[in-house]
Formats: sequence, C-alpha cells, structure tokens
Amino acid sequence: MRRATSHGRFDYRKSWHKFSRNYVSVVGLGVVLLVAFLAIFASYVTLYPSHAEFYVNFPEAREPPNWAHLFGTDQFGRDVLTRIVFGFRYSLMMAIVVLSLVVAPGVVLGLVAGYYRGGKVDMAIMRTADIFLAVPPLVLALSICSVLTPSVFNAMMAVSLMWWPWYTRLVYSIASSLRNEAFVQAAEIAGASPFHIIFREILPNCLGPILTKMTLDAGWVILIGASLSFVGLGAQPPTPDLGTMVSDGAKLLPEQWWISIFPALTIVLVILGFNLLGDGVRDMFSAETV
Amino acid sequence: MSAEEILTVKGLKKYFKTTRGIVKAVDDVSFSVMKNETVGLVGESGSGKSTVGHVVMGIYGPTAGSITFMGNDISMGVGRRPKELKKRLQIVFQDPASSLNPRRTIGQILELPLRVHHLAPEGKYAERVFEMMDLIELPREFAVRYPGEQGGGEKQAVAIGRALATRPSFIVLDEPTSALDVSIQAKIINMLMRFQKEFDLSYLFITHNLSLMRNVAQRVGIMYLGKIVEMAGTPEFFSNPLHPYTKMLLSAVPVITREEEALKPEKITSTGEIAGALNVPPGCSFHPRCPFVMDICSKVVPSQIEYKKEHYVACHLYPST
Amino acid sequence: MAEQLLEVNDLCVNYKVYEGLLRVLNGVSLSVGSKEKVGIIGESGCGKTTTMKAVMRILATNAIVPNGTIAYKGSDLLKLGRQELMRLHRTSMSMIFQDPTAALNPVFKVGEQLKDIVRYSEFTSNAPNRQEVRTKAVELLKSAALPEPERILDSYPFQLSGGMRQRICIAMSLASAKDLLIADEPGTSLDVTIEDQIMRLLKQIVEDRGLSVILISHSIGAVKGFVTKLYVMYAGTMIEEAPTDELFSNPVHPYTQNLLKAVPKLTGGGVPEGIAGRIPSYLTIGDGCRFASRCRSAKESCHVHAPPAFDIGNGHRVACFHYGDI
Repeated sequence: MRRATSHGRFDYRKSWHKFSRNYVSVVGLGVVLLVAFLAIFASYVTLYPSHAEFYVNFPEAREPPNWAHLFGTDQFGRDVLTRIVFGFRYSLMMAIVVLSLVVAPGVVLGLVAGYYRGGKVDMAIMRTADIFLAVPPLVLALSICSVLTPSVFNAMMAVSLMWWPWYTRLVYSIASSLRNEAFVQAAEIAGASPFHIIFREILPNCLGPILTKMTLDAGWVILIGASLSFVGLGAQPPTPDLGTMVSDGAKLLPEQWWISIFPALTIVLVILGFNLLGDGVRDMFSAETV
Repeated sequence: MSAEEILTVKGLKKYFKTTRGIVKAVDDVSFSVMKNETVGLVGESGSGKSTVGHVVMGIYGPTAGSITFMGNDISMGVGRRPKELKKRLQIVFQDPASSLNPRRTIGQILELPLRVHHLAPEGKYAERVFEMMDLIELPREFAVRYPGEQGGGEKQAVAIGRALATRPSFIVLDEPTSALDVSIQAKIINMLMRFQKEFDLSYLFITHNLSLMRNVAQRVGIMYLGKIVEMAGTPEFFSNPLHPYTKMLLSAVPVITREEEALKPEKITSTGEIAGALNVPPGCSFHPRCPFVMDICSKVVPSQIEYKKEHYVACHLYPST
Repeated sequence: MAEQLLEVNDLCVNYKVYEGLLRVLNGVSLSVGSKEKVGIIGESGCGKTTTMKAVMRILATNAIVPNGTIAYKGSDLLKLGRQELMRLHRTSMSMIFQDPTAALNPVFKVGEQLKDIVRYSEFTSNAPNRQEVRTKAVELLKSAALPEPERILDSYPFQLSGGMRQRICIAMSLASAKDLLIADEPGTSLDVTIEDQIMRLLKQIVEDRGLSVILISHSIGAVKGFVTKLYVMYAGTMIEEAPTDELFSNPVHPYTQNLLKAVPKLTGGGVPEGIAGRIPSYLTIGDGCRFASRCRSAKESCHVHAPPAFDIGNGHRVACFHYGDI
C-alpha cells in the first residue's frame, strides 16, 4: 500500500533524452566511464603493470614514443602509458574520497543555515564558510600540506577541509530562497517538524544543482590534487600520480617532452570529460520548455 | 463574543521594518467570522488583505492587536501555537504552482498533514489519501504524479484537499482562483461551497475579484492601504456602496450584462497610482485620490462607524451623528 | 468585403516535444480590417498566444507550421524573409505582452531601451543625434499618458509601478505600430482600477491613430467594451466569430454559452456551474470536433470530423455541426 503514494515514477528514458540532447555530454560520459574502467582494471589492461611501482631499467630509459611504448618511457625506463593508467586510480580516489567527505556536511550546514536564515545559526555557519572561502583554495591546501607529512592521504584531507564551504554556499542560496515559498509555509502550517521541512521539502529541490556541482567538482579536485603532487606535497615517488609525473618530466623538457606532456594532456582530458558530463547532468535536471 | 463567533480579530496591526522605512501593511483591522459564514476581504495590491490572512494563519506574528479563535488566543506565530489548534485552521494559497512542492508527489503532499497529526492508523495512510483524492474529484492514479504535470485547476484542488485533510473548522482562502481560468474557477468555487456545507466550514475569502465576491461571501470588507474602509452584508455592500473607494472599484469592474452595468455606481475615474504602504498619506489614506476630498480628510483619520445597521464605513462624508 | 489588413487562413501549428507532436492550432482563420478592433477570447492553452506569435513570427524553435497562410498587406508573412519581416516589425506592426515586468530589461534604464526603438523606427534613413532621439522618446511617453516623462527615461523599470511599466510597453509599441497593434492580455497582471486606466488609454490611442487592434484576453468583460468583432477559441480552434453585441446576446456554440454562463455576475445569482471534463491533450487529440468530448449535445459525427465554420448570418460564424453540414 505504501508504494501507491510514496514514490513518483522516475522517467529514465526522459532523463536520458534530456541528458543526451547535447552529444558532447555523452562524450563526457564516455570519457569518465573509460577512465573509471581503466582505473579499476589497470593491472589487466596495461602492458607493463610492474612499471607502476619501483622499477628501473636504464637501457630502456628515455625512449621516445614507439610501438612497444606508445607514450615512450621515462627517465627510469618505466612505460609512461602504463603509469598514466595507474595514475587514474589516485586521481579518481582523490575525487571520490574528497567528495564523500565534503558533500554531506557541506549540504547539511547549508540547509540548516538557510532554514534558520537571519538568525545566529545562519551567521555562525555562513561566516565560518566565508573565512574558509576567503583563502585562495590552492594556498590553503598548500599550507596545510606543508605542515603535515606529504602523502596522498594528507593531500585529500587538506582539499576536503577547503572544499566543504562551496556546497554550503550553494545549498544556502537555494534553501534561503525556498524558505519563504508557499509550499514551505504550507508545511509549517500543517505542523511539520523542521527536520521534515529541511530534508523532505527543501533538500529534494537542491538535488539538481548539488549533483551537477559534484560532477564538475570531480574534475577540479583531480586538478588540485595533481597540483599538490606537482609541488611534491601529495603522492610520493614511486607512486604513479599524474601531477608527480608532470613535475618529474618538467626537468627533462623539451628534449624528452613525452614524459610530462602526455600526463598533462591526460589531466586536461579527464577534467574536460567531467565538465562535459556535468553539463549533461545539469541539462538532465533542467525543466522542459513548452 | 457570541457563541457563534469562530474568529475574532481586534485592532490587528502588522508593520514591517524595511530599509526604506516602516511598511504599515495592516493598520488597525477588526472583524469577526461566524460559524459557517464566508467573510470576504476585497482590495487591490498593497491593501493588506493577504497580510491579514497570513497573520491569522500565523505566518507572521502580529505587531499589535488580538486574534481569537474558538475562544483561544492565537495572536502569535504558527511555531508557537498549540498543535491541536493547528489542525483547526488551514489556508489555501493563491498560486498553486508555488504552494505545492514540485519535488513531492501529490500523494506525498496530501499525506503530510495526516502523518503530522497521526490521523490514521499505521498502514492506512494510503487509503485515506485515496479517499481525499475521490473527494477532490481527481483520479486515484494521480497520487504518484508530480504537481508540475497537472493543470492549475487540479493543482488547486490538491491544495484544497491538503487544507481539508485535518478536518479544520476555518479556512483562509487567499485568492484561490485568481490564477485560474473562468470555467475552472467555477468548478473550484462550487467545490468549496459544497465542502462548506458538508464539513461545516467557515471561510475568510480574500480576492480582488468583486464579481466573484458577490456570489461567495455573506459579508464583505474592502481594504485600502491596511485599513478596512467599508464593511457590510453582501447585498447591501453591492447595491448601496458608501465609501468613494468602494464606488471607484465597483465602477471599474468589467461586466458583460446590462443588468450588471446598471448596478454599477456612476463612473469614478481613478487617477494616479496606488500609493505604496510605505508613504501612507496623512489623515484619510485615500484622500489624494478621492474626488470628494474635503479639508478635514488630509488631517484627521476617519474612524469606523456603523452608518446603517450592520453597514460600517470609515469616511468623513459620513460623520457619526 | 473590403481588403483586409490581416488575413490568417487555415493556420496549423504543431510543436515537437519529447513525448511526440503537440497539434495545437487546427486550421485557425481570422481577419482584421483596416482600423478594425478585433478580440480573441479563450482560456489558457487554447492557442490564442500561439496564433499571435505565428503572426509576429516569434514562435519557439520547436514549432512547425505545416499549413496555412498569413496575408498582411498583400504578402504572406510566413514566407517573408528576415529583412522584410524586420522592416514590417519596425514600421507597421507591434505587440504588447502580458507581463510588462518581463518585457522590460531590468538592468537598463527606460531611456536606453526606448532609444534603440526610436532610432530604428522613426529615423530609418538619417542618423539622428542624441537630442533628437531623446525628444522623440519623451513624445512617445507622453502619448502613453505618462507623467514626468523625463524622469521616467532616467529610471530603471523596478523603480516604477506595474501600470507605468505597461504604459511604457505601450509607448514602445506605438513607435512601430502604424497599422496593427496586437495586445496580449495587457491588463492581466494589473489591478482592476489600473487595468481600467490602461484599457481606456489604449482605446483612445487606437482611435486617435486609426490603428487596427487584436486584443487577446481571458477576461471577457474587459474585451466587451473595446472590440467590435470577437473570436472565441477553444483547444486550438476558432469555434465562433461574431460582432460583439451579437455574440453576447446570441452565443450559439455550446462552449461559448457555457463560458459566458460561468462568469460570476456582479448582480449575484449564485456561483455558476463549470464545464464538465477537461481540455483535451494536444498530443493525443483526434480529428473530430475538439469540444465533442465535453459537449452535451454531441452526435456520432462530431467525433469523427472537425466542423468547418458555418455562416449563420449577421457576420456570425460558428464551427459546430448543429448549424450546418459538410
């Protein structure tokens, strides 16, 4: 009996139609799925999985791209392509971990601040968020990381700490404008508890922007993570991380260009993929015209 | 207070502090609603009629004055009202699109008040929701649909159903049909009238549509810039309007039959803009637009007097004898 | 019959949406003579705005016009090129929309917005200087009965009231409307007394300038005192057409009769009955009379064929099989 009233039908086909109306969104989805697939099955799809860890083979070092090594080898003789694919693991892990840590608290804080808008709770939450947002993101991450021991884990913690306020702000703007909408007033008059209003009335209206932002953020988190690694504050050698690869290869430019250019291009492609996917997600939630 | 009075509003004031000054949205309003009666509040934008409804419902707390409902004092925001009382008072908003959460299904919307007040045994909620849908004449399968997929009339029916869910005794109808087409308006009004008889309801009917008011309310009050300037029983109000503003409004109503045209008072052309509630003119707030303005009108605020039996007016043209 | 200024003939408009094809307009025909005032009444979704958008060629991108002609001063508007169309819009026909707030750009002062219109419509050949443009703009505002036009030119739309914004929109359309003015529910978002003012202003302007007008409204009373010929639309069909007085004293189509009865009367008489049923969906609509599913006197044949407009004398035409046969 509960089924009869509780869930609306979710029209998968219509959502897909809205998503795929712009074919680049599908391209973005393809890129992201490909990256995910490669990351998960890295050991099976690459030719030289052992190159992802400590490996030296100086005779084969610094080879330009050839048929045995499509992206060439780096200064230790490791296959660049294989290391890039393994590098996806760290990039995706960064995105997943950071977003998992950040979205729930950020969203809840934004909802609460928006619901109690104008009061002390609102001020406390939003001014704290403002403080975090006032510091340029990379600077904040850098300062935290330089204090702690450089590692992937610490890089993720640092990025998480500076990322949550974006969600709070996003949700706050939606929640505080919905606060005075008639349907919220109607729920209050019916006697609904603040918990119900925040999570069952206001939150569903925020889902579209939240999911869109999460998709776009995945790309940005990966970029920030790569930047941290680039300066040596993230993943440490011999971990194959896109950022470290770029910085390692930078010293060898422009002669052995393939060692840093390919990882850099890959970063660009991955972020582009997430951005295009994010556009599609936004379209999926948009209202129909006519 | 007689035993039959359901709602009594005395000296109600609601002022809003804004950056540009104080907005006197409601400025000393008094009226009462009897059991099974429909009292109408009519006025243009800025008159404060919607604000009166909002304060009665507790969306805002009053700045001054008292509201008594069935003997209980409810001069406070909805958050501080006893839960029992919340069941008895309900509201239907003007815009059905914004009064229903676009991300909740119709069934969920109707179920909420039932759940909050535990009005059905566990497991029987769906049944109750279906009963409500039958009552508002919507097919049962609409319960899993979203409001956005329905037309204005259906949405408003859902809003009415939601209001009726807790079996209230009093409903504030804030322009319930202003956003609807004429034929759908007729359907909704008929539904409301039926429910009034069936469920013993009293209504505070707020609208700017005088023709509609004529056929719906037993008593009508007309508001201008926060004050009730005239109030009377419906037939008397429409055939013998006293206040110049009432006459101005009535003469501007677009009508289609000759009989209606004959009923309208002599044309009073409205000039100028409606003053905002921010800069209320001194004395009688209507005096800058009044064709019968006298010296005293810009100095003294006219008080409400019972000029004829059960016919109240606040205008210097009708001094208390 | 004298040469008509605008003649829409058998216009069909469809919209392509995800779920399929919305067959909105089903062979709509109307005509507006020179200096004639014509009204279209109907409820939301009946296609009156779509018809006007087709005339102005501002239909949405997913609109398809499979059939029909729109003759305006000799040319078929549907076949006109962009340049010609723009010239017509600047010098001959114009439209006032329902919501004046949405029609005005909130981040530009009124003067900015009027400036461009004045320049393109009044000074088509020579390049005017700023003073000339400003003078012309002030003149325009004055013709729309706006007080203190200089101050208004320097104000933003949000600083003005709804009535003033609508008058600015009227002024803007007056710059280009030398022959035809289309007013789409001009008073709907305004208060009754302000709507009254606006309608009286429009009437005076139209009479002074000898314009033809198409007035669209769902407020039947507002239309009555203004137009000489009325069209009634239902679900994308022109179901009745008559001179104003004739239509009110002798409505023949069942929908028109019900519609007029459904309007609450100032003289009382209780709450009128609505019309049973609901407007059919344009997705699944059949070929028969579009009102048949709600009509109490519908016959078998009504569901199969769509009735054409039958002439019943007095300039009165109705699309109903009770008044004629194919």
